[in-house]
Amino acid sequence: MSLLKVDHLSVSFVTRNGTNQAVDDVSFAVEPRQITAIIGESGSGKSVSCYAMLGLVPSPPGRIDGGSAVFQGQDLLSLSESELRAIRGRDIAMIFQDPMTCLNPFMRIGDQLIEPLTLHRGLDKKSAQARATELLDEVGIRDPQGAMRAFPHEFSGGMRQRVMIAMALINEPKLLIADEPTTALDVTIQAQILKLIADLQHKRDIGVLLISHDLAVVSDIADQIVVMEQGKVVEQGSPQAIFDNAQHPYTRKLLAAIPSGQKIADAVAADPLIRIDHLKTWFTPNEGAEPVKAVDDVSLEIHRGEVLGLVGESGSGKSTLGRSLLRLVPLTGGQIDFDGTTLSALQGKPLKQFRHRMQMIFQDPYASLNPRMTVYDTLAEPLLQHNLVSKAGLDQAIRELMDNVGLAQAFVRKYPHEFSGGQRQRIAIGRALATRPEFIVADEPVSALDVTIQAQILDLLADLTKEYGLTMLFISHDLAVIRQIADRIAVMYHGKLVEEGPTAQVFDSPSADYTRSLLAAIPGAHAA
Amino acid sequence: MLRFLLVRILQALPVIFVVITATFFLVRSAPGGPFDQEKVVIPEVRAALEAQYRLDLPLHQQYFAYLGDLAQGDLGPSFKYPGRSVNEILFAGLPVTAELGLYALIIALVIGVTAGVFASLKPNTAQDYIPMSLAMIGICMPSFLLGPLLVLIFGIWLDWLPITGWGDIPGDKILPAVTLGSAYAAYIARLSRAGMLEILSQDYIRTARAKGLPEWRVVTQHALRGGLIPVIAFLGPAFAGLLAGSFVVETIFQIPGLGRFYVQAAFNRDYTMILGTTVFLSTLIVFFNLVSDVVAAWLNPRLRQQFKGGSA
Amino acid sequence: MNTVSSPAFDAVEQGSSLWHDAWLRLRKNKLALLGGAVLLFMIVIALLTPWIAPYSYEAQNLDLGASPPSAAHWLGTDIFGRDLLTQVMYGGRISLAVGFIATAVALLIGVTWGAIAGYVGGRVDAIMMRLVDILYALPFMIFIVLLMVVFGRNILLLFLAIGAVEWLTMARIMRSQVQSLRQQEFVEAAVSVGLSPATIIRKHIVPNALGPIIVYTTLTIPSVMLLEAFLSFLGLGIQPPATSWGLLISYGAETMEEYPWLLIFPGCALTLTLFSLNFLGDGLRDALDVRGSKD
Repeated sequence: MSLLKVDHLSVSFVTRNGTNQAVDDVSFAVEPRQITAIIGESGSGKSVSCYAMLGLVPSPPGRIDGGSAVFQGQDLLSLSESELRAIRGRDIAMIFQDPMTCLNPFMRIGDQLIEPLTLHRGLDKKSAQARATELLDEVGIRDPQGAMRAFPHEFSGGMRQRVMIAMALINEPKLLIADEPTTALDVTIQAQILKLIADLQHKRDIGVLLISHDLAVVSDIADQIVVMEQGKVVEQGSPQAIFDNAQHPYTRKLLAAIPSGQKIADAVAADPLIRIDHLKTWFTPNEGAEPVKAVDDVSLEIHRGEVLGLVGESGSGKSTLGRSLLRLVPLTGGQIDFDGTTLSALQGKPLKQFRHRMQMIFQDPYASLNPRMTVYDTLAEPLLQHNLVSKAGLDQAIRELMDNVGLAQAFVRKYPHEFSGGQRQRIAIGRALATRPEFIVADEPVSALDVTIQAQILDLLADLTKEYGLTMLFISHDLAVIRQIADRIAVMYHGKLVEEGPTAQVFDSPSADYTRSLLAAIPGAHAA
Repeated sequence: MLRFLLVRILQALPVIFVVITATFFLVRSAPGGPFDQEKVVIPEVRAALEAQYRLDLPLHQQYFAYLGDLAQGDLGPSFKYPGRSVNEILFAGLPVTAELGLYALIIALVIGVTAGVFASLKPNTAQDYIPMSLAMIGICMPSFLLGPLLVLIFGIWLDWLPITGWGDIPGDKILPAVTLGSAYAAYIARLSRAGMLEILSQDYIRTARAKGLPEWRVVTQHALRGGLIPVIAFLGPAFAGLLAGSFVVETIFQIPGLGRFYVQAAFNRDYTMILGTTVFLSTLIVFFNLVSDVVAAWLNPRLRQQFKGGSA
Repeated sequence: MNTVSSPAFDAVEQGSSLWHDAWLRLRKNKLALLGGAVLLFMIVIALLTPWIAPYSYEAQNLDLGASPPSAAHWLGTDIFGRDLLTQVMYGGRISLAVGFIATAVALLIGVTWGAIAGYVGGRVDAIMMRLVDILYALPFMIFIVLLMVVFGRNILLLFLAIGAVEWLTMARIMRSQVQSLRQQEFVEAAVSVGLSPATIIRKHIVPNALGPIIVYTTLTIPSVMLLEAFLSFLGLGIQPPATSWGLLISYGAETMEEYPWLLIFPGCALTLTLFSLNFLGDGLRDALDVRGSKD
């Protein structure tokens, strides 16, 4: 008998803009002692289904239209709020995506941890605290006693997620629902947390419902995969079945979008367009405080016509390196040469005039576009600034740019908020290409996009690089993506360069320990 | 913690200094003096009086002499009431104003927080609109309008409550306190509603619900702590406002407090009185701002860490 | 930023700017619209007063004395027989003028100060905001009372004094807006396009900072009007022969037992205007707050 059986669940949201069917006739099951993963992109309804079962969807505007969710013989959807409350935190526990915001910043960790115990099991404070400390130890927190008295902001993301897991498991629930538990974490931490969840699941014999957008991530630990699109379940099966024999076109699309394969490096001359010499970019937040050495003595060459992948986790300094190259942040030391010019020494007018040769594509497609400017304005600005076209030729130039990046010309008067994430990124790419630069820094250009859109944009970038003869610095934390698009790779850790080399070489025989641990953390190693 | 306090106190000192200096020179540079309004004074008597009040000295000497007195806590003699010192008059009026302010503050906090939190629990419903509309009235009707209106309705037409004095007739403290406190009740209601709404939309509230906590515990244990911080931070400015408001309320209700003395002193060009009261009130305000800032910061664990010199 | 339609593009669709979206949202807010309408009404009346007031400002009728509302005098008369409606209209001119002008002064100084501090950052920012902090800590209410007593009969000074209080918060708001905008990626993109700081501030920062500024301005006006009324009530603000709502209320309060209408009507005018401004400001805040949708 299934631990949780969802049948024909439908949930909609009624707002003043209309009714949105978020979950449409969804059925799936979670077996005891198994990990079931729900995969979907944004808007698929994967999270809403689970929240609705537990009564966590606010009732206007949300509305359960029908279906059942049977857990231990009871239909959760038919229970009253107080009955549901008895189950929440005791028999079914939940952990969420962003550990930074999911813990109460005003309460000590210990106080938050013991709440489920004192509430559901009526334990007194002392025994609850003892139990909580044990659990913190179990999830791998180094100093459990100290942690009990600490506040959430004193911990890193990975540690906070461990605390969340401890808080969820403290009442020995039968079912754990994990909503994108690792999406906000660095890749090495992600691997640790996934392993922790899998281990705990085994040890305690519970069922886990894992929600994610990343097929690769879940393929390692899931026993069953449920694929959702636009509120419907389109396919379900074992990871083997899904990966080897996907039936539904959407599943196939998802699979195809997983970055795979390795770029066949073109024969490029080892002629450096950019030479970075002992570059230092340090930030001093307050007077007299320790400087943050974001980029600490990095020396590197970027060859003409190549795509150099820059890899690192958060805090590695990779973004700062990109911005330093583009002179968007003040440099602390070292030198940058760009095609014979000492870029690091340029100031004022010569610097401004140099800028058209190098451009940047940013991570957040919404934040990188001025919300008050239309597509036309955004694309026209660089063209007019550098006098690259006459007033008459402006329309023509913009039209060409839009065609090149795959944007329908009809949208030229629209504003950023009227577009989807992928389309906005296209606009941003268009802006970067407008001045026909020689060099582009792409800072995590696809990290904020859905997986299927991600694949489209990556293809677009690869095509454009060839067509425009660009040299590109592609910054990412996602090794699989880098492998697909980069000719050479450079790895950064805590502001320093730890490894560099051709892609194939770095992947097959990494020399640095850190690179090795990064590679080991890539999800999806078990699939395909 | 100590370090943070010290820094804040040091920051506050220049402020007080500026207040003293600016007030001193402003008052002295005003046309007319304390004796110009009274009956004509014989030149010799006038000279003697001026000597007594040091008005015959050059301005900057008067200034330093005054600073010297201040350091000893002496605010000088009053011009208007010869024989009485500013200190005396101040401390006669202080308890009255303090009591008035306290009652007003209590009214403001109790009504304001309750209404604001209550409204935030069911936004955009009647539970929200009604308290907030009343709050809007409180904000839009200044105390000098509300006061007379209340007096008219409750004091004259209905004759339920006394309309002047303080402590003379039972119940004569009600109208003044309500008048003074209502604008702040309204403002605090809006502040707490906004603060609570912000907190209630945070992820960690969802976590608390997911743990199975009943809604009242979610609100009291998890939401209130963060939601009321803006109110705590507001207390400093509220104090300053209450003090200013007391000018009006004490005038309307004939209450012998600091506020009324201050206004009268201003009219009478009673230099030392104006100076003394300004310095005293300003110091109080600065002190209160300091306290409310510190408390609000202390309530935020992240900032609290910084005080202790630990890393955040 | 002019978008001229051109034949080079096929079948262009109309875009909907954020301002447009905000306007649509505002339109749905009945209270805010009502507030706006009432405000507009008050302003128009104030502007046209010299031509449409039923009596002249100085006209007294000592035989009549104070009388309750009647057909000849819609709001009644004061103890000198002067028409109250006329008084309220003229008083409104002054009160509204003080409100708008003082706010404009505060706006100008505060926005400029905050924008510079926010954009330049570093030492300049530290010094500028330090000054703001010190001034902010000064108990201004007391100072204003002092100033008014000392320099009294000067309306200009009244504007300046009030403006001097309000610009500080305006500066703080503008600075925090500019600071957060400066870190946005589209500003970095503008830098990498090669635009000068002045152009960036003009084209990219100011239009995006306008929202909170507009809201705060709309909410500052009532606060300023209250301050003027407060001072006038204490006898420290507007001086006769000029009049303002605050002054009228203070006269009315003195004689409220015998002639309550002298208190009630000016009070209503003030309260109504304050209501309108606050509802409008709240509505603007709700309309402008949502940042457009993100994916």
